[in-house]
Formats: sequence, structure tokens, C-alpha cells
Amino acid sequence: MDHLDELEARGIHILREAYSCIPNLAMLWSIGKDSTVLLYLARKAFFGHVPFPLVHIDTTYKIPEMTSYRDRLALEWKLTMIVGRNDEALSQKRTFPDGAVDRLGCCALLKTKALRDTLSGQGVRSRLDLATGKYESDRDHEPYTGVIAGIRADEEGSRSKERYFSPRNQENRWDLGDQPPEFWNQYKTDFAPGTHVRIHPLLDWREVDVWEYIDRERIPTVSLYYDKGDGRRYRSLGCYPCTFPIESSAKTPKDIVAELKTGKFKDIAERSGRAQDKEDRGTLEELRRDGYM
Amino acid sequence: MPRERLKIVVAGHVDHGKSTVVGRLLADTGSLPKGKLEQIRAYCERNSKPFEYAFLLDALKDEQSQGITIDFARIFFKTAARDYLIFDAPGHIEFLKNMVSGASHASAALLVVDAKEGVRENTRRHGYMLSMLGVAQIVVLVNKMDLVGWGEEAFRRIADEYAAFLREVGITPAAFIPVSGLGGENIARRSDSMAWYHGSTVVEALDRFQADRPAANLPFRMPVQEVYKFTKMGDHRRIVAGTIDSGTVRVGDDLVFYPSGKTTHVATFEGFPVSPGDTASAGSAVGFTLAEQVYVRRGEIACKRGESAPSSGTRFRASVFWLGKEPLRKGKDYAVKLGMARTKVRLEEVHRILDASTLKVLAEKSDVDRHEVADCTFMLSAAMAFDTAEQNVLTGRFVIVDGYEISGGGLVREALEDPHSKVREKVIRRNIKWQKGLIPRELREVRYGQKAFLVFITGANDEFRKRAARALEQELYREGRIVYFLGFGSVLYGVDADIRGSVGTHAEDIRRLAEVANIILDSGMILVVTAHEFGEQDWDLIRTAVEPERTAAVWLGGSLTTDLRPDLRISATEPTEAVDEMASFLQDRGVLPPD
Repeated sequence: MDHLDELEARGIHILREAYSCIPNLAMLWSIGKDSTVLLYLARKAFFGHVPFPLVHIDTTYKIPEMTSYRDRLALEWKLTMIVGRNDEALSQKRTFPDGAVDRLGCCALLKTKALRDTLSGQGVRSRLDLATGKYESDRDHEPYTGVIAGIRADEEGSRSKERYFSPRNQENRWDLGDQPPEFWNQYKTDFAPGTHVRIHPLLDWREVDVWEYIDRERIPTVSLYYDKGDGRRYRSLGCYPCTFPIESSAKTPKDIVAELKTGKFKDIAERSGRAQDKEDRGTLEELRRDGYM
Repeated sequence: MPRERLKIVVAGHVDHGKSTVVGRLLADTGSLPKGKLEQIRAYCERNSKPFEYAFLLDALKDEQSQGITIDFARIFFKTAARDYLIFDAPGHIEFLKNMVSGASHASAALLVVDAKEGVRENTRRHGYMLSMLGVAQIVVLVNKMDLVGWGEEAFRRIADEYAAFLREVGITPAAFIPVSGLGGENIARRSDSMAWYHGSTVVEALDRFQADRPAANLPFRMPVQEVYKFTKMGDHRRIVAGTIDSGTVRVGDDLVFYPSGKTTHVATFEGFPVSPGDTASAGSAVGFTLAEQVYVRRGEIACKRGESAPSSGTRFRASVFWLGKEPLRKGKDYAVKLGMARTKVRLEEVHRILDASTLKVLAEKSDVDRHEVADCTFMLSAAMAFDTAEQNVLTGRFVIVDGYEISGGGLVREALEDPHSKVREKVIRRNIKWQKGLIPRELREVRYGQKAFLVFITGANDEFRKRAARALEQELYREGRIVYFLGFGSVLYGVDADIRGSVGTHAEDIRRLAEVANIILDSGMILVVTAHEFGEQDWDLIRTAVEPERTAAVWLGGSLTTDLRPDLRISATEPTEAVDEMASFLQDRGVLPPD
């Protein structure tokens, strides 16, 4: 077994453990490379099936190609696709592109709050009708008690301290100072009513592992990650007002692996193209305590 | 080619310089993101603080409360030889659970000791915990050598003292290295200040650690994580899924599932997007279909016939470490999770409690407090399969859940007899030797429109009990079910004729009744048995020999006169009412088809 096999086996084990132990499970799919690998791992873990809904938080500022890619795969793979949105903030134009709040404030409303309300069932949940290809209002408003997310420890500081099974209290808060023990392959799977758990099967993966795995398994990824001739591509995907392409001529996953291992990005952090991370040191941890992915 | 990756933990007493050492490792191996070092230097200058390598780590972790590490963090770094994932563990006693969490995932450890302060409480405790967690590859760093004038004597004194302690807990470190995290001496680069030292640097020592190899040479063990049947999109495969702890398995291999003793063989391996080969071994997360429809469930351990079998039982002696806020004590219900199995557990006896930092026996204590380690006997509420940690640590370790929290961990030292050990042994042997016909029970069940099931009716009022039991048989027969009434007495004078009249045969009488019941259930029938005033122990014995999922105990009439915890209690005084209640109970359990 090489280290990709080990990462894959642990990821599958964690996904199966979540499915067996957590009653109302959902998986976050941001359309980015990490959560797409996660989706692929789920299909591997459950032999071609994805036995829980996929939740996408739509800020409406996502790069349009992301949305069309999402719906194409959802229809092709027969996924239970749920989309959540903070319609209130959007209709009141309380966003960064509208000039009403700063970048982090915008993340807090369009991502963190939208996510919180979608998970709890209080917010809008639209479900993709696989027969018509249209989104309909979802009848299910039960809170999700387990949420699988594709975060990685090497992304930034607060994520390096995460657990594979990470509890959130009634207010959705993450108590970083008192995390549960987690040893061998035994995880915290018992929860008080009203609390929920975030599950992180990719915690030990680095950016380069993700790309090596995408290359090895030929996982379809959104084309924004690749240079299509103008010498630019996205290294990390988010909303277009806050995510910027980088100068790179990588056209395939193999090119990206080479770039990360020995090329120009071998010692440059992945989220350097994300503007919201730079506003203040430690604020991402604050966002995450409040429920940001 | 992907590079090898090793997971290591850095442990030791608080303030002995773990974070500085890790900061140095990152900086001196060129593992830092561009500009990080300059950024921290500028930050220190702005705030008139002396630059410290520990700040690097704090910055990488966004640590707000600078000073002490409170939780372990995953840090990636690389040497020329391979990649590493470091768990930087806190040294404060308050955060021992975080240290244990980090260490449990590691294949090797760096233990850091302050040259000036010497071996302290958590230096020893962490050494003990590493030994319990099975982290055998250890290098000790005697840090802050600059504070003791780079002296060899100070180094030797600490190395000797700590080596003696570690020997007692079964650890022989691969090396003791004098270092200075502050100056980077003997970390990635050889020190000029300690000419007397000729050993390796930390980076060289790291690169000599062996990566954990999956336990492919031990007997096959795969805890069943789940049995999937996703009927969506016309998928009719029934797939037994799990991660292989040890050994190798091939298509066609004869399997035995413990603790039930059910047998069958591997039909196919299943995979996505392509079917995998016809063999799988330790470390892989797999799924396979079985040649026959045997009922196995999450928590059982799949083993291979012909290889050594695990123990199956409800009692074991274990070494435990306790991390819970409340002490571990007798008389309280906990849950134990071992492999994928989970059941209720009670502490039966505490044999010895140790202070892990002094190895002193804490005499006259009956509760195991937080951060203590102990030698205990546990009693489970249902049988589980396990190995001793010595035979196979992967299936010989467990955690204990108190309320909602994992509060302790342990290693099984010895399987102990329980009241039903002898019967369980016989049952497992019977299942392994069972000669199967060509018609599986599931097919019969489909034809009969029912689930094979034992309705066990007991109580104090014999007349009423027997009348109700016979009435239930009659009612089910009228409905078209395949059902049979059996009184305990019918077994006593026939099957038990050879031991009838001897003293102390009660348990054997029950075992034989259960064996008869097992045969009838295998034929797909519903069996109605009645017996006088059964207690919990008697009922447990029945459920040891008959699949518990296919049984229900019914207490009929008046108040309970034994310690039985029945699945159904009926206080009706008319047999017809009792029959109605039992029939609707059986419907709810899926034994009878819905109306």
C-alpha cells in the first residue's frame, strides 16, 4: 500500500463509520476538487451509491461553470442534490459585491449562516428533481445530525487542529479548547440531542495528495482548475469577487502535481488566491468556530 | 511515484521546547511556506519580542493563546528521504487526552526533555502512554543543551535516568540526542558545540524510523463494519464491508464470523468503479459477497477457517487508561467499542491502579480517576469477539464510552470465563460443523411468509401460561403460518432422559432445549416454547445458543417473580387477549406479515 492507498482506505472507513453511526447524514459538496474527491470516495465506499444527500451552499456568486458542472454530475450520478441559500441577505443586498459588508462579513452571511440554516432545516432547501432537471423546494426539513466535509489539515491553522469526527454544540459552535479524544479507529459517535457532528475524511490529505489521487483515479473535475490557453487557472475555487486565478500553464492533473512538487507552487500556500483569508490573522478560526467549513 | 509518509508524534513535559523543536524541523528542512519565516520575524520586531521558532508553529496553527499548546495539530514536513505528518502534542496534563489522540495515530515518537529541568512528571507519563498505545519507535531529545553549557555529563545523567524509566514500561529508545531547538543544534545540522556527541541528528534519526507495515502476516481479521444492500437502481448485491485489520483473504476462502460461528465462503470482491482483484489484505477497506445467505451483522469479526480463532465471550482482563471527567467505577453502565462491535459494559473488578508518571501502585483505591492507568476486569452485556493485545493489538484494543464521551482506552490482556463460556464454545463448534442443506432458511421463510422465530413464554401461573401458548400456536396455524408448540417438559423426559434425575443439570437442560429450538428455527418455523419462571441467566443461556435477533421472551400474567427482563409483558387474564397482544408484537417485529 502506498500512502494514497492508505489515505483512501481511511477515508472510506470514516465514511462508512459515519453512515453506520450517524442517523441523519449529509455531505457538503462545494464543487471544488476536495469535496469532489470526497464524493468519489463515497461512491467507492458504497459501491457506486451515495446513500445520503449532497448539500451545496450557493452564494449566487459562484463562478457559473461550477453550477453547471454540479447539475450535470448530479443528474448523471443520480445524486440527491440539495441547494441552500441565504435568500434574505441576497434580497436585501447585504453582500460584499453590493458594497454593504466586508469580505468576511459576506462569508458569514452567504456561507456560514446559509450553511447553518440549511443544516438545521430552517433555511431554504431546494432539491434537484432528477426527472425534470429542475430544482424544487425540498419537503424534508429535518435537521442533519452529521455533515461530511472535505476540509484538510494543511489548508490553514484552525483546520490543522480538527478531528475526524468533530462535534458542534446546539448553537453550531466548535469548542476548540475541549475537543473529544479520538484514538485508533474509534471516533466520537454519541451525541446529545440538538448537537451535530462534522465528519472530515480528508483531514490527512495534502493538496498534492488530492491531485495525485485525481490523476490516478481519473476523477472528473471542473475545468476552471486547468489552463485553457491564456496561462491562467484557478488553484482554489470560491466566489468570483473574492477568488482570483493564478498564473500557471498546468493543463492536466499531472501538470498540477508537478507544479506543486517541484514547480513554482512548491512552497506557496494553496489559499493565497483567497482574499478573505488575508483580512485578519485568526479570523478564519473565528469564522470556523461559528460554523464555517 | 508517491513518496512514503510517516506519522510521528512529538511529546514531553510542558515547556520543554517541543514547539521550538518542531519549528526548527520545519524551517531547517525547508518545509515552510514561502515568506512565513520573514513574516514571523517582522511580527516579533513590531511587537518588540525576541524571535522564537515556537511562534512559527503558533502561526501555522493560528494559535491565539500563545505559550502552551492546547490541542494536537497536524503539521506536514519533509526531508530528502520522505514526507512526515507530525502530531505536535500538548505537554500539559490537562490536555493528556489530546496527546493520546495524536500519539495513537503515530508510528514513531520524539520525546523532548529539558536538559536543565530534567525528567518531569509528563516526560514519564507520556513515555508510559506511548508504550500503552504501542508506539515502539522512540527517540529522546535532550533539549536546551545551551542552558547546561553543552555538557556531556548533564546529558548522560538525564539519558540514564529516563532510559531506566522507559525500560520499566518496555521501551528501548533508538537514540538519545542532545539538541538545542533554539540554535538548531543537532536538529537538521550537526552541532559544533558538542564535539563529544557522535550520534545522529534528529533528521537522521527520523529517517531511520520504519514505516508501519500493515499486519498481513497475522491471521485474517476483518471487523464487519456493515452489510449493505442498496436496492436502488436494481442493485441486488448483499455486500459485507469493512477494513481488514490483519491477514489476507481470497475469493473462495472459508470464513467464520465470530462470536456467532457462522460459516460461508467469499463469493466475489466488489468495488467501484471497477471490480478489484480476487485477493485483499491488511489495511484495505473492502467489500465482498458471500456464497450463502448467512445472517452476519456489524461488529462480528470475519476470520478464516483453519487460522487461529479469536476469543468470544463477555469477560476480559485489560489494562486501561482513563481520560474521563468522571472516574471509572463499579456499578455504572458504560459502552465498550472494540473493532466495530459495541455493547454495554460494567467494571467488575479493579486489580491495580497506577500513577503513570511514578509507576507507584495507588493502594486502597476502587475508582480509576482521570489520567490514571489500571488493571481491571470488565463484564460485557453481550458476547464479543476479540484477541488479546499480545496476539493481535488491532483486535485487542477498545475504548470505553461514558455517556456521550469516549473516556478511556484499553488493551485486552486475557479472555476470562463467563457463565456461558462452555455453551458458547459448543455453539461455535456446532455452527462451524453445521451441515447445510441446499435450501437456505431465507428461501423457506419467503415461501412460508414468515420469519423463523422463537416465542418463549414464561411466568408463574402455569395453567394460564400453557393455555395461552397453545392458543397462540393454534391462532398462527389458522392464519396459515408454519408453527410448532413445544413444552419444556417434552424435552426433559426425552432429549434429557440420560441426565434426568441427576442433580445440577438445570443449565444442561436449558442448553439442550435451546439446541432443539435452534434446529426448528433453522427449518424456518415459528416455535412457541413455554417454561416455568425463567430468570435472566436462563434466558441468556438460550440466547447464547439461538440467534438473539430471532427470539423474544414473554412474561405472562401478574408480577415478575424472577429477574428476567422480558421483551413483552402481558397482564391480560384471558388467553385470547394474550394471543392478540403476542400476535401484534410479532407483527411489529416482522415475524408475521402485516395485515
